[in-house]
This record gives sequence, structure tokens and C-alpha cells, in this order.
Amino acid sequence: MKFEYVIKDSLGIHARPAGLLVAEAKKYKSAVTIEAKGKKADAKRIFAVMSLGVKCGDTICVVCEGEDAEAASAAMKAVVEANL
Amino acid sequence: MTEYSGKSVFAGIAIGRLKIVRHDDSAAPVEQGTAEQEKEKFYAARDKAVAELNDLYDKALGSVGESEAEIFSMHAMMAQDGDLEDAVLAKIDAGESAARAVDEAGFDLSQMFIRMDDEYMKARAVDVIDVAKRLCGYILGKKEEEIVLDEPSILASSDFTPSDVVKLDKSKVLGFVTTFGSDNSHTAILARTLALPSVVNIRDSIDLPFDGKTCIVDGFTGKVLVDPDPKTLAAYEEKKRKTDEERLRRQELIGQKSVTEDGVEMRIYCNIGNSEDVKAALANGGEGVGLFRSEFLYLESSDYPSEQKQYEEYSRAAKLLDGKLLVIRTMDIGADKQAPYFHLPKEENPALGLRSVRICFERPQIMYTQLRAIYRASADGNVAAMVPMIIGVNEVRWVKEVAAKVREDLGKENIPFNAEMQIGIMIETPAAALIADELAEEADFFSIGSNDLTQYTLAVDRQNQALEKIADPHHKAILRLIRYAADCAHAKGKWIGVCGELARDLGLTEFFAACRIDELSVSPPYVLPLREKIRSLNAEKADADAFTK
Repeated sequence: MKFEYVIKDSLGIHARPAGLLVAEAKKYKSAVTIEAKGKKADAKRIFAVMSLGVKCGDTICVVCEGEDAEAASAAMKAVVEANL
Repeated sequence: MTEYSGKSVFAGIAIGRLKIVRHDDSAAPVEQGTAEQEKEKFYAARDKAVAELNDLYDKALGSVGESEAEIFSMHAMMAQDGDLEDAVLAKIDAGESAARAVDEAGFDLSQMFIRMDDEYMKARAVDVIDVAKRLCGYILGKKEEEIVLDEPSILASSDFTPSDVVKLDKSKVLGFVTTFGSDNSHTAILARTLALPSVVNIRDSIDLPFDGKTCIVDGFTGKVLVDPDPKTLAAYEEKKRKTDEERLRRQELIGQKSVTEDGVEMRIYCNIGNSEDVKAALANGGEGVGLFRSEFLYLESSDYPSEQKQYEEYSRAAKLLDGKLLVIRTMDIGADKQAPYFHLPKEENPALGLRSVRICFERPQIMYTQLRAIYRASADGNVAAMVPMIIGVNEVRWVKEVAAKVREDLGKENIPFNAEMQIGIMIETPAAALIADELAEEADFFSIGSNDLTQYTLAVDRQNQALEKIADPHHKAILRLIRYAADCAHAKGKWIGVCGELARDLGLTEFFAACRIDELSVSPPYVLPLREKIRSLNAEKADADAFTK
């Protein structure tokens, strides 16, 4: 399961949304990965997510793999759309 | 008296006892156990740290609000991060103690932030250090350091961490001084939130013997004076009394209208240099942005800034303004503002040469790209474009043709924009002022660029100090041009503003009111003094002739 999203928040993935993404990803058993600018980050790790340095206008791809991938993907999408 | 100098993050004067806060790094020696025992210490410390951070979150929520409180939920997440955990366990396996492993892992992660190409992210290094320190504290069984203040004090330290800051008794803090730190540091943010005169990044540490001495923080100049002589102290006490009084009086004008005694409303906008400045504009009671200088986008980069990069910047400003007008001036490169990649020919008289919109006539792509970025931002707020250095009607028509092409292209590409976006011009040449009647047919609004208008009208180079006495900004010739431009604008139902230095000249506010200038655009700190002035005037009684005849 994966989806793409273009970041609209003017600050990019700064601390607050990074925290929200990590908190959401941790709720699921699936592996959740955020890909951006040729780099990959484990969405359950806040340092990894922040170190992507994702800015406004960048495209991210969120990949969920595992038994609850479908639910994880839908939930991540909701968080992304509401906060970024 | 010892003087330090740094970057002011909040203007004002603070005078009080200096309290030097030392972060105690000396740790009591703790016996190092086996790798398994050290790992247990780490996990036990982590549980305590997370519990404490959650507690701090609740406390901060009550005292400083949601956005500051969220720092602690971020810290809790950082403490529990897998990368940190992996690094710590690997270091313990390599034979280090838990405390040392955490300390080093925290340092490594903070370096990752420092190397990022984003000021906001760079400033997060202090968060990582704070988290590592907290974990170390629990591992070593150190007692929480607390900053105890017996009396209102000015606090000095290398930098303050969020946990320092939240536990402070804020009623006893007069200001901050830090050795390091930037505009984005927690200290700076807190100083602005609490309106405390503060200076960061003095690049020097204040020596411990100064603890308890009298200290002055001059948030206007970025100076910090320790142990001042009686004369200096008296002078600053007087200045503080005055600025405090004025500020209190003027704070009441935030959110009020800029309307004269007899009910004529003028709008006070701000001149800003980038989207970050919008915050200062709003905090000072600005009713919009009358001049967003887009030059920095061109001066900072090594090539023409892309449409996307420009759009992001304009859009951020528009969103922050939340419906208030944002007037973006198209690039004003040339003369005293040079960008090497433009490869502009060397000129004898650059001020009279190939500059701003004139460059675009030869390189239309620059105008096309910038207008596309501005039009796209117009979908995100209340945005207008403004073109500088106009001398002819045909020039305005040319810009409008480019704008029409942009609208057509954006329409085809299904990209949202405001088709009704205003396009105004700057009146900063005598030529433009004298044909203002014709220009008013084409432009949606005027804005007087008084600095260039003065220089071109009086034939006085504004950077030549020898001419300062001749350069009379109240010269009748300039005021007549402004008055004529205002009459022409109003005759065609258009609005007119002033965005140069004359706008904040309180000696001319009455003249502007008499001319029914609709808008004055000034640097954020001048908004409230100007509003105060406007509210004391009577526009009907103001006599423009007194200034122009």
C-alpha cells in the first residue's frame, strides 16, 4: 500500500507534524516508510523523519507493508492531509 | 562596566540583577556495570524521563500554551526514538557506560541537525541535547537543576533549553542574554512571547564573578552592559521609563483602526523583506503588507530563483497574513542591488540605468516567472503585484500583457489563481508622477516610492553623505508630485499608498491625511507611533497647501 502527497505546509515536515506522523505510524504493526528526495525514513522514528528535511512543495511517498497495511495507509493519509 | 554585543530578539530596555545560569556538567562517578546492567539503567532512565516529559507537557499547557507545550511531547518521542536507542545499545556493547553512550549518541544526532540546510532544523540540535541531558541525569541519579530566582533578574547562560525555560518563574524574569542561539532558539521565541528585552549570540560568556551585578539589556541596539557606571545607569533608567510608558500606551492601539478624529480612515501596512517578517508586522498591529521586497530571493541565490521557490515564499506570507493584503513588489535588482548571475553591464550611472522592470523588458522570462509565482500565491490569500521604476504608460501595458499570458497559461494548466488580482505600480520617478493621470487608467493602484522619488526629483544621490543637507525630504517639489499623483489616482477611483521612508515621517502625516493618501507602509516598529499620530489628526482641517505652496 502506498500513496504520494505534495507537501503544502509552508514549513515542510517540521517537528510538530513529524511527531504526529510518528505517533500514528507506531499504532500499526506494518512497516511504514516515508520516501522523499531519494531518501527513505522509517516513519516510526522521529529523527529519521525529521532528517529527510522535507519542505513545502516536495513530494513524499508513504509506503505501508504488513498485515494491517490498509488501515495504516488510510490513517497515515488522514494525518498527512490534515497537517501537511 | 563591561559591554557585550549580540543580536536583539526583542526590543526594549531591561535593567536588573544579573543571574548567571551554569549548566552543571560535572557528574558524580558512578560504577560501571556489565553491558546488560548498563542497558537496564538506560531503559529505567528512559521510562522516568518520558514520564517527566509528559508531566512537563501538562504543566506547559497550563502556563505557556499548546505550541510551547508540544516541545515536550516531541522530546518524549525523541527519548523513545529507535535510532537513539540503537546507537546507545551499540555504544554500550562496545564497552561504554550508559551515561556516556547517551551523551555521545545525543551529540551525534544533534550534529545531524546542525548540518541540515534549514535554520529551523539547525535550531533543533538543542532539543536533542536537552533530551540526552535529561536521560543522563536519570542514569547518574543527578538532582534536577533548578533555576531559583529570589528577585526579578536578567538571566544569562550559554543557551536555555526548553526544560529550563518552562520551569522558570516567569514573573521574575526581566530578560535573557545568551552566548549562542539564533532567532529560532527557544530563548528567542520565549523572549518574543513574553515581551522580554533579550539579546542572543553575544559569542562570549559572561564571567561568573559578574553574578549578582546590575545588568542592562538594550534590546534596541543588542548591547548588554554589566556593572554600569552611575551615569550610564541613570540614562538607561530614564530611557526605560520612557519606552515602557510609550509601549504601554501604544499597545492599546493594536487592533484599532487608523482613523483620524473626523473619521477619515487610513491603512497602515508594513514593509518587509521575507515571509518571516510577516509575524513582526502582525505583532506590531500592521493591517497588511504594503511592500514585500522580493529581491532577497534573487540576491540569495546563485541563479534566477525558480517559480516554485518564489511561490512557496509568497504563499507562506499570504497564508500568515490570513486575508490581509500582501503587495509583492516585482524584483528591483540593479543600481545598488546586484546579483552576479544577471551579468548586468557596468554603467556610469547605475541609478539611471538598467534596473528592475527595465531588465525585464529585455528578459521577459523573469517577469513571466515572477508573475506566475505571484498569481499562484493569489489563490492562497489576498495578494497584489506591484511594479517598480515605471516611467511610461506603454510599460504598464506591457506588464499587463505578460500578466494576461500568465493567467491564460495557468488557466490551461488548471492551476488556481485569483483572476481579479490587482496590479499596481510604484510612483518613484518624476516622470511617473507627472503622467499619473494616464497611468491611473492602467494601474490598479499607486504606491509612492519616496526614496527614489526624492533622489530623482532633487538630483541628489541618496548615498552621498556630503549632500545630506541639500536632500530635503520635505521639498515642495516632492510633495507637489505626491499630491498630484494622489489627485489623479482618486479621480480614477484608484487607491494610493506611500511606502518609502517618508511614510513614517510624523511631520508629514498631516500632509498625507490632507491628500487622502489611502495607505502608509512602514517598518513594523513604526506602525503604532504612526497610528497614534493619525488618530490625533483632523483630516478636514489639514491643509495640503501649507506643505506645497
